[in-house]
Amino acid sequence: MADANSQVRKVFAPWTEADKEPFVRIENVTKKFGNFTAVDNISLNIYEREFYSLLGPSGCGKTTLLRMLAGFEIPTSGRIIIDGEDMSNVPPHKRPVNMMFQSYALFPHMTVEQNIAFGLKQDRLPKAEIADTVERMINLVKLNQFAKRKPEQLSGGQRQRVALARSLAKNPKILLLDEPLGALDKKLREETQFELMCIQEDLGITFVIVTHDQEEAMTVSSRIAVINHGTVAQVAAPTEIYEYPNSRKVAEFIGDVNILEGRIDEVHADTAQIIINGVDAPVHTGRSVDAAPGETVWVAVRPEKMIVNLNPPEDMSQNVLKGEVWDIGYLGKLSVYHVRMEDGRMMTVAMTNRSRETERTITWEDQVYVTWDPDASVVLLS
Amino acid sequence: MPTEQIKNNESWAQNLCHCTPVRWITGQCGHLGIQGRTLTVMIPYVWLLILFLAPFLIVFKISFSEIRIAIPPYAPLYQLVDDVYLQITLNLMNYKRLLDDALYVNSYLSSLKIASLSTVLTLMVGYPIAYGMARAPRTWRLPLLMLVILPFWTSFLIRVYAWIGILKPEGFLNMALMWLGVIDEPLVILHTNIAVYIGIVYSYLPFMILPLYSNLEKMDHSLLEAASDLGCPPHKAFWKITFPMSMPGVIAGCFLVFIPAVGEFVIPDLLGGSSTLMIGKTLWAEFFNNRDWPLASAVAVILLLMLVVPIVWFQKFQTRRASMGE
Repeated sequence: MADANSQVRKVFAPWTEADKEPFVRIENVTKKFGNFTAVDNISLNIYEREFYSLLGPSGCGKTTLLRMLAGFEIPTSGRIIIDGEDMSNVPPHKRPVNMMFQSYALFPHMTVEQNIAFGLKQDRLPKAEIADTVERMINLVKLNQFAKRKPEQLSGGQRQRVALARSLAKNPKILLLDEPLGALDKKLREETQFELMCIQEDLGITFVIVTHDQEEAMTVSSRIAVINHGTVAQVAAPTEIYEYPNSRKVAEFIGDVNILEGRIDEVHADTAQIIINGVDAPVHTGRSVDAAPGETVWVAVRPEKMIVNLNPPEDMSQNVLKGEVWDIGYLGKLSVYHVRMEDGRMMTVAMTNRSRETERTITWEDQVYVTWDPDASVVLLS
Repeated sequence: MPTEQIKNNESWAQNLCHCTPVRWITGQCGHLGIQGRTLTVMIPYVWLLILFLAPFLIVFKISFSEIRIAIPPYAPLYQLVDDVYLQITLNLMNYKRLLDDALYVNSYLSSLKIASLSTVLTLMVGYPIAYGMARAPRTWRLPLLMLVILPFWTSFLIRVYAWIGILKPEGFLNMALMWLGVIDEPLVILHTNIAVYIGIVYSYLPFMILPLYSNLEKMDHSLLEAASDLGCPPHKAFWKITFPMSMPGVIAGCFLVFIPAVGEFVIPDLLGGSSTLMIGKTLWAEFFNNRDWPLASAVAVILLLMLVVPIVWFQKFQTRRASMGE
């Protein structure tokens, strides 16, 4: 027992292992449509069995990148290597990848079975083997009763499953998913996210998913590449992206955040002190900063890491903002407070409603103090 | 029908309902217990009744008459004898003659053969054109569509006459081929069945292209991408995805070509030879040359049945297949 406990639990993070070869290498890929640069010199490494998300606002180039992996678009420059093979001259129908389309692109004149068998038939596999695989796939996505139906006779959720089964049937090296859950309602989407993760883990196929939904990306991914205006803003695991964003763009795109502009006052070995314009108390951080005193920086603090106090805190020397409660949003499990500082800036604070109180202790127009832990401050240089 | 289209139709109908004469009519019909909706549905039926069914019944009636040298050139079907007896004479002779005389049977068979073969040829010529149009850049599509419709702006008769100028022994085609040195002697094309095929394919090509184009243009390109993604090379994807999905367009186009081609008269008359046998020509000869209206009517009735029965059967088959799918 003691041995088992002392053993370090192995976390799936192949990108941290120095000797591991990337499964997919996207090398300096650029894609231009006329004068418009959709993808601007992107380089990414994706490892085997990863659930890799390309996350970004619409029009950021993430879908173009996925379509280049599938072979539907040819990079203007740069190259893509999948499992050691340069894909530059490989047409889509010869690539070891399959794609699940945003529109599902199911063949309307074929039944569910025929749709799933389509890819297998192209490989001229023996009939028995095709039938076997089709049945396995239908079981996997739980569509047994619907095997003989045409796509038009299925609901949106069922069509999504057929599309998934069809793209998995050929056991591709990589499954590309283009906004796979975009057309589903919220509840079904959340259920399907977990199902996708289970399927991915069971089959051991590398998944590359394109999404604009940051919650979805956070839920399913091993790593997220945040893409903005055709370039990569940050690549990291979900927790790292959320807790340690590398720029204001990423911090604002992933979740809610309060950003305060200031300048570096003191830098120590494992702390730093930052003066925020118009705020008396300096901000302390729990990490050192790679910047010189006097430099302009931004401090980012997540709303759920802040606390609203009615009484002034004991320690008024750091991480305190004074303000007035401007607005309260009651969301059931938590309440969101909008606190207006003296100079008009708004801070958002989210606090869980731990006790069942019908009477609010904090209410509109209360003078309050917003505090947070030094560890919660993230210093952004850009 | 998409819901949006239904909505548009409804608002269109509502606007129409506000204009005074229509209001008056709907009001009057309302008194009779007929609602606006029923009225709207009735319009096409009334149209078909007056302009299709009634003339057909007249033709049907004449086909049972006896030829007579008079005006009109057929005997009445019923007459009053001695002011009390109604005498109805149903003469089945005309139909018997259609079966007995090989001319008619051969005309029907030859018409069906010429029409089917030219339908297949029209499909083979029209499909690539429609496909190319549907895949052309969006800005090109409307001009291309205009080019397909453009021949309609000239009289059909003039266009068929123009083919005489092209196909005759000293016509443009032979001159060009001889000038190029492909042939030494002019080819005999005019007044053969080949000229009839050329004429039908040329004349009915737009009727094939238009339904095919409207079908192919709607096709979702991502389906071809999906096929390609699943390992299907483009030429195979055409036969597995594009062609089966364009079947409604193929069927519509084939009907639009085949049906008028079976009864075609002008093209075989102008471009065909004396050996070209088509039912349209035979019918013309019976009606105008022999003035045998009853026989001509019988020819027309059989022709109509020959076309309607397979179409009705096909439609039944289609609806049964659609309902079975559900």
